[in-house]
Amino acid sequence: MDRVRIGAGQGFYGDTPDGAIDVALHGDVSYICFDALAELTMAILQKDRMRNPEGGYTRDLPHFMRRLLPAARERGIRLITNAGGMNPHGAAAAVRAVARELGMPDLAVAAVSGDDLNSDIDDLRAGGVELRNSDTGTPFDDIRSRTVFAVAYLGAQPIVDALRQGADVVVTGRVADASLFVAPLVHELGWSFDDWDRLAAGVVLGHLMECSGQATGGNFSGDWQSIPDLDRIGYPVCEVRSDGTAMLTKPPGSGGRVSVDTVRQQLLYEVLDPRRYMNPDVVADFTTVQLRDAGDDVVEVSGVRGMARPETLKVICGYLDGWMGTATIGYSWPDAAAKARAAATLIDKLAARAGLEPLEQRIEIIGVDSLHGGAAPEVAQPNEVVLRVAARFATEDEAARFPRITMPLALNGPPFIGGGASPGGPRALLGVWPSAVERSLVESRVVVTVTRAGEH
Amino acid sequence: MRVQLAAVAQARSGDKADLANVALFAPSDALYEVFKREVTAEKVRRLFGDFVRGAVDRHEVPNVRALNFVLHQALDGGAARSLRSDPLGKSYGSLLLRLEIEVDPALLPRREA
Repeated sequence: MDRVRIGAGQGFYGDTPDGAIDVALHGDVSYICFDALAELTMAILQKDRMRNPEGGYTRDLPHFMRRLLPAARERGIRLITNAGGMNPHGAAAAVRAVARELGMPDLAVAAVSGDDLNSDIDDLRAGGVELRNSDTGTPFDDIRSRTVFAVAYLGAQPIVDALRQGADVVVTGRVADASLFVAPLVHELGWSFDDWDRLAAGVVLGHLMECSGQATGGNFSGDWQSIPDLDRIGYPVCEVRSDGTAMLTKPPGSGGRVSVDTVRQQLLYEVLDPRRYMNPDVVADFTTVQLRDAGDDVVEVSGVRGMARPETLKVICGYLDGWMGTATIGYSWPDAAAKARAAATLIDKLAARAGLEPLEQRIEIIGVDSLHGGAAPEVAQPNEVVLRVAARFATEDEAARFPRITMPLALNGPPFIGGGASPGGPRALLGVWPSAVERSLVESRVVVTVTRAGEH
Repeated sequence: MRVQLAAVAQARSGDKADLANVALFAPSDALYEVFKREVTAEKVRRLFGDFVRGAVDRHEVPNVRALNFVLHQALDGGAARSLRSDPLGKSYGSLLLRLEIEVDPALLPRREA
């Protein structure tokens, strides 16, 4: 093939399937890729799996598939998703169950596993893997006893294998976001896994598409008022040529906007060093990307250069880091913020009297400083604010008790409350520990299983 | 003249573990040169105050007229253990747009001049 069209179907766990359905019906694509995972999402899915060993994949996956499979099947569109999260085999089984419901027993569903390193941490460490924190250099011993998950970021290769085996739907665990999009390009355009410039072009396109509406006018910090019809925003669609150059657009008639401005904002989203954007398949140099407005809602992406892939794969571990309890109370004018601060002082005293000593605490005045803390400017006499006190404790019980001891402030505190005192939590807090593992130690464990829906 | 970045620039921010990045985009080559001179890592570090506990790095991305700031130890330990209302740093871009810089008025886009 000299070109292929791919689309984006999901930007996060919680996204709507409407964008993907629009891409399937009107995007003229052969593949739709769904990025359901983020660091925070892995923590959420791990909590699910700890409660239920059958869980651990995104709960909306069956809903997405029920909505999408009819249109995808009719048009021969293949679907690639990392919604498998902490349990890709369970997720693939759920997809097959939906396919049987829809009368598609021959639908081939692939599960990609091997990213989950949790049960092998001690073996890996005995073999010399340090798992030091790659940001701070801190040794892993600090969190070993509290570690609840460890996953490696896989690249595109196992998805390409699944596509070669005829998978209609590929369900993975922690495959790197952009690699979900690289896989169909490698498969269709015949790219090799050491063609660094083309792989880097694929990573750039995947990176631009992986957050769905954030490339097409969502979260746009320019003249955001002028972006049309965000309620039916079009998700990214990309026509990629075999040389790696591409036209990025969105389905005709959809809302949103594709322009150099909307696309460049997404180019640097969650990027650290733009000259060395790390991906399992390649190191991409984002300073080589050329963006050009090429018509209404069309941006040409070209010029991308890459370097040899890293010898290590990124690993993130999640570790228990206490429990959070949250108390919120609204106060109105006059002196709303002063009342909220006075209430926070009362909460400190009530907590101390109840024997609750937070390991750490954060006091926010929503409407004044909750997003930027001390960096927020003074606000003179807002009409209303909400006090939010979030406290971290060693135990779930303390975190549950904390908001309850603030309830009497509904009657016994400063005047003119609104919104009431609503207890929040307790919520388990999970720290995320970035690290790295030699590629071969992970890749030898990766397994691709393709099963038809009718085979259960 | 003094100009607030919000009047001339765009920004986007996001998270990686306990790091946040804030990308700042200039509307023209001339203003990109001004941003490079005026928006230093040190100024960004001061602007964010105690919200950022570690260093701030600055990367130049001239092909999209951007400066990318990487803020270390900036998210209260990371999104899933943060006590903050904005655990992902998605609002950090707007804080950067509060910064005031010195600009030659002749370089401003006409509607702002």
